[in-house]
Amino acid sequence: MSSRKIIKSKYFFEEDFVESLAEVPVEKTEAWASGAELKVVGKPTQRKDGYDKVSGSAQYTFDISLPKMAFAKTLRSPHPHARILNIDVSKAKKLPGVLEIITHQNTPKIPWYFGMSFLFDTTLRFEGDEVACVAAESEHIAEQALQLIRVEYEELPFTIEAGQAMSEAAPKIHDTNILRGRPDTYERGDIEKGFAEADVVLEETFTTQTAVHNTTEPHCSVVNWDGDRLTVWDSTQGIFSVRDGIADSLGIPASHVRVIKKYMGGGFGSKLAAGKYTVMAALLAKKIGRPVKIALDRKEMNLAVGNRPDSVQKLKIGAKKDGTLTAMVHESYGASGAYPSGAACSWPFRTIYQCPNLNTIDYSVYINAGPGRPMRAPGHVQGTFGMDSIIDDMAEKIGMDPLEFRLKNYAEIDQVGNAPYTSKRLHECYQQGAAAIGWYQKRRPAGSSPGKIKKGIGMASQIWWGGGGPPAYATLKLNRDGSATVIAGTQDLGTGTYTFIAQVAAEVLEIPLDNINVILGDTGVAPYGPSSGGSTTAPSISPAVRDAAEQMKTKLISGAAAILEVPERELSYRNAVISAITDSEKKLGISDVVRQMRERVLVTTGLRNANPEGYTINSFGAQFAEVEVDIDTGKIRLLKVVAAHDVGRILNPLTSDNQFHGGIIQGIGFALMEERIMDPMTGKTLTTNLHNYKVPTVMDTPTEIEVIIVSDSDPLISNTGVKGIGEPAHIPTAAAIANAVYNAIGVRMKSLPMTPDKILHALFG
Amino acid sequence: MTIELNFTINEKKITLKTEPNRRLLDILRQELNLTGTKEGCAIGECGACTVVMNGKAVNSCLVLAPQINGAEILTVEGLEKDQRLHFLQENFLKHGAVQCGFCTPGMLMSAYALLSKNPNPTEAEVKEAIAGNLCRCTGYKQIIDAILETEGDIK
Repeated sequence: MSSRKIIKSKYFFEEDFVESLAEVPVEKTEAWASGAELKVVGKPTQRKDGYDKVSGSAQYTFDISLPKMAFAKTLRSPHPHARILNIDVSKAKKLPGVLEIITHQNTPKIPWYFGMSFLFDTTLRFEGDEVACVAAESEHIAEQALQLIRVEYEELPFTIEAGQAMSEAAPKIHDTNILRGRPDTYERGDIEKGFAEADVVLEETFTTQTAVHNTTEPHCSVVNWDGDRLTVWDSTQGIFSVRDGIADSLGIPASHVRVIKKYMGGGFGSKLAAGKYTVMAALLAKKIGRPVKIALDRKEMNLAVGNRPDSVQKLKIGAKKDGTLTAMVHESYGASGAYPSGAACSWPFRTIYQCPNLNTIDYSVYINAGPGRPMRAPGHVQGTFGMDSIIDDMAEKIGMDPLEFRLKNYAEIDQVGNAPYTSKRLHECYQQGAAAIGWYQKRRPAGSSPGKIKKGIGMASQIWWGGGGPPAYATLKLNRDGSATVIAGTQDLGTGTYTFIAQVAAEVLEIPLDNINVILGDTGVAPYGPSSGGSTTAPSISPAVRDAAEQMKTKLISGAAAILEVPERELSYRNAVISAITDSEKKLGISDVVRQMRERVLVTTGLRNANPEGYTINSFGAQFAEVEVDIDTGKIRLLKVVAAHDVGRILNPLTSDNQFHGGIIQGIGFALMEERIMDPMTGKTLTTNLHNYKVPTVMDTPTEIEVIIVSDSDPLISNTGVKGIGEPAHIPTAAAIANAVYNAIGVRMKSLPMTPDKILHALFG
Repeated sequence: MTIELNFTINEKKITLKTEPNRRLLDILRQELNLTGTKEGCAIGECGACTVVMNGKAVNSCLVLAPQINGAEILTVEGLEKDQRLHFLQENFLKHGAVQCGFCTPGMLMSAYALLSKNPNPTEAEVKEAIAGNLCRCTGYKQIIDAILETEGDIK
């Protein structure tokens, strides 16, 4: 058994750094070298979960059905801000088929939203806040019952716009409408001096909209009690986070809660924690003594389970005539919704371009709307739009090519942490991306495209964390026929986790992929794995899998040494056969070793190594967009998107391509159409279905998407050298499109989404 | 009140009694346990519940029980024959046209309806056929490629 130690581990996860004690191996397995000849890892590999998903046999949480299962629906506040004066459920309870109704009157006060509220609060702070939950024989009956619950509300004044909510006169949602009562700030250098050195100073305000995850599978859970033990099937990105959240809420030991998630239809950050719906279902199931399924409908999903906060970004930057940035200031505010959620968006602004004098201030503001949740690179998508727009403006103002301007201000080290990067190959992203889009051949001066359909090319940069870290475990079980099972406490969002885990194990043990089974998403059987967010799953789990497989290999060699009576150092492992180097007659297949050890199963548990000290881990990239803008209709059409990224080693190009295409298309949605719209008069959300909330269809996608991976590995991070992909793929798309639109029409679009009305308004006033 | 319905699902004749306000989607998922057909929005916007009914791709959330009397319905579970995936399904895997997989059954059925009528579709025709199927995580390129490769007589 390899030796282990406990360290303080710290890495970035979604909105902030997470710190925890973590068990790590004392010695890190050496990383596969850059350019190493690997047989399975890095090769396009069909998904392990492929058959289930194309045959229709894949069971999602939404498909789970148990004997005697009841169905729950939630009554939600129709008002943006109100107090409950009285609830009368007597009529609803009499409806045939209604089994139980819970409200604040008959449930314990379970703290929610970091202790700022309760599962059922008597003050409702957004349209969609939970009021009551009904269990019935069918979903239909539960819905009918909701209409029979009589609630007397005292309506309160509301505020739904962050700028207004910050004013003294605004209705207060909590003690103060500003998260933590103060902004997030960062500064370095001397900002006054920086602007004094500048030849050109630009100042501009950019805004981005609230976006909603709108996963294809609804948020849903099925819960079942066996006595005092609870099993929860949940559509979740974090089985352990849900387990702990439920155990805490119900006041039962974590060991009494088992959370299972096999397949899920998307998360994008909206399914990272235990939902109120799951706890409500558990309370109802306990009361009625039957399993309960609860599934949100599209309206509930658009009101109550997260969004990407909007932003107003006031930016000011200064540069010398030669293109050197001398000072940068970012001041922003954005709406957290009614409960804590970070709306800050200045992270990329602080780090990606070299600038010695820099200040940022970010206000996260409470409003009477559904609370935000991390959404695919929180802060970075909106921040990159503002930042890369004003950078483009500055390049033009001083007469430099925007790409040359970015190279001129290339940051060699992490300016915030004052540390070198484990790897940074952004300049290769710029060069290869530019070549693929035809930057130097096709790009014309802004607004010079002739005719009514104007063409343009633009680009933007990407920075994100996504290096992952410990603690993360994987258990490997080798059966006596030489087949293996890997069990890990992570979950596959559809991103290919099942597949890469099998690839890594197959690479090390040299056994066929088909002989490896992967079990994920079950707190009842798996060792701990972190939630799948922050583009950390592959970087955290793949090294643990490799560690488990390497330990198994060592164990097998040791077993063979004992059987063959040959010292371990004189044995070689090749194609799952262990043979004596000096005597090729002396050999054993790995299944022979297991059989002769008289064990039916051999087990090892691998760990994620500690991240290297003194380094910052980031992923990088550049995306380029080519667009057509019809100045008669204001409609933008995407011709081509090139995504060139430095994301360490690619484990499976087939599934990595999925991630990039999906991320880019979500970026197109954010750039052109997706927007939560609220009515200022009523405080209600108007975009609560997929007709009003526009998600890109195939008709909105570019003719061509080209993905270029400039990196082969980042061996300093881990034994697999992997950085995450999910968020990097999405971060710069909207900014690149905005810069392409500027290049096409010669008018700067300062507000997302760039809908036709905004384009026409910008062009013709 | 219940009504009796006679229809064919995946080449199997079915007779069942149900309530007239049930949707085809409910009959598939709850009464016949065919959960391959997904529900994403319930109002015909996302296409996750697409099945082929009398040769046409339909949103099964918008079809009421009485409308299926006498109909021939094909769901994703009916594509695989003799424990072999249909080559449309195999092409989805080959091209990596699947990610979370929640939209996949609907995509497959829209594609199947197109290819049954038009064995050699153009890319524009493929796009039109899946324009009502929302994918939120994979993108569409791989799906188009998979469908385009599945030309010829698909039955």
